[in-house]
Amino acid sequence: MTALTITLNGERRDVAGPVTLAGLLAQLSLSPEAVVVEHNRRIVRRGELAQQAVAAGDVVEIVHFVGGG
Amino acid sequence: MTSIAEHPAQASGLDDAPFVVAGHTFRSRLMVGTGKYRTNDEMVAAIEASGAEVVTVAVRRVDLDRTKDAGILHHLDPKRFFLLSNTAGCYTADEAMRYARLAREAGFNDFVKLEVIGDRETLLPDADGLLVAARELAKEGFKVLAYTNDDLVTALRLEDAGCAAVMPLASPIGSGLGLINPFSIRTIKQRLSVPVIVDAGVGTASDACVTMEQGVDGILMNTALAEARHPMRMARAMRLAVEAGRQAYLAGRMPKREIAVPSSPESGKLGG
Repeated sequence: MTALTITLNGERRDVAGPVTLAGLLAQLSLSPEAVVVEHNRRIVRRGELAQQAVAAGDVVEIVHFVGGG
Repeated sequence: MTSIAEHPAQASGLDDAPFVVAGHTFRSRLMVGTGKYRTNDEMVAAIEASGAEVVTVAVRRVDLDRTKDAGILHHLDPKRFFLLSNTAGCYTADEAMRYARLAREAGFNDFVKLEVIGDRETLLPDADGLLVAARELAKEGFKVLAYTNDDLVTALRLEDAGCAAVMPLASPIGSGLGLINPFSIRTIKQRLSVPVIVDAGVGTASDACVTMEQGVDGILMNTALAEARHPMRMARAMRLAVEAGRQAYLAGRMPKREIAVPSSPESGKLGG
């Protein structure tokens, strides 16, 4: 197990690796159904989250819906 | 004497045409936002009272330090409401398209309320950016509802770009100034084939009523409800005002005259 430094929602963060995007969501206690993930500017379908490995230096955005007009 | 309720045929004579956007029929011509409420309970109560089916939402980063209840879906059932995601806060076409694609991936629908803002102070739209993003997103299969200014030519171009609806402002976002240019809104409605939904600027019920009287298909509002002293009551007022304005438009108002015309007969008066 190694620590990977990634940029997550704009902040540098160490995550336990090796890890997939699905594993990353699990580490963060986030349900894949409640969020959308962008990996290095590419939107990742829910079905692909478990196949996509996270590498050091990756840029990951995790978004959801909030109140707005 | 019988009441209208006992004559369904008469009552149905007052029926309106369905409100359809991109092939989807909505039960209310009032759409509401979900931002800026003092509490989530107040938001939910106001949305219920408004009778709205379409509610707008924004796409933002998950707050990783407190992920428990920040998402709007903890409070609004996506089976009961039609979630219309916006691209609020986007200043370029590219940024707006990125937000639209992220929102679609959430998996609810392919509608987007497209905003490309051109000025930070007035939040007025960037017509060039809107057209670029609208064209591309429409090509990608999005049903684009474009928030725009009250300019007819821009509205026509957005329609040509493939927008499913055009959303001219009554006045700037969050201003509550009401319908500043009824003539422009009326002209846009008369010239476009796609639905025209007025978005932004409505402050109180009379604003909503006057706006609907111009013949537009619907209204989207947020701040008028969220910042009312009593959002739930204002939501009810808005529901009634939108219905009243719509019915008045369909009824066709009397002409304005700058002279008085008596309502009671001139004939048959008692002799002096």
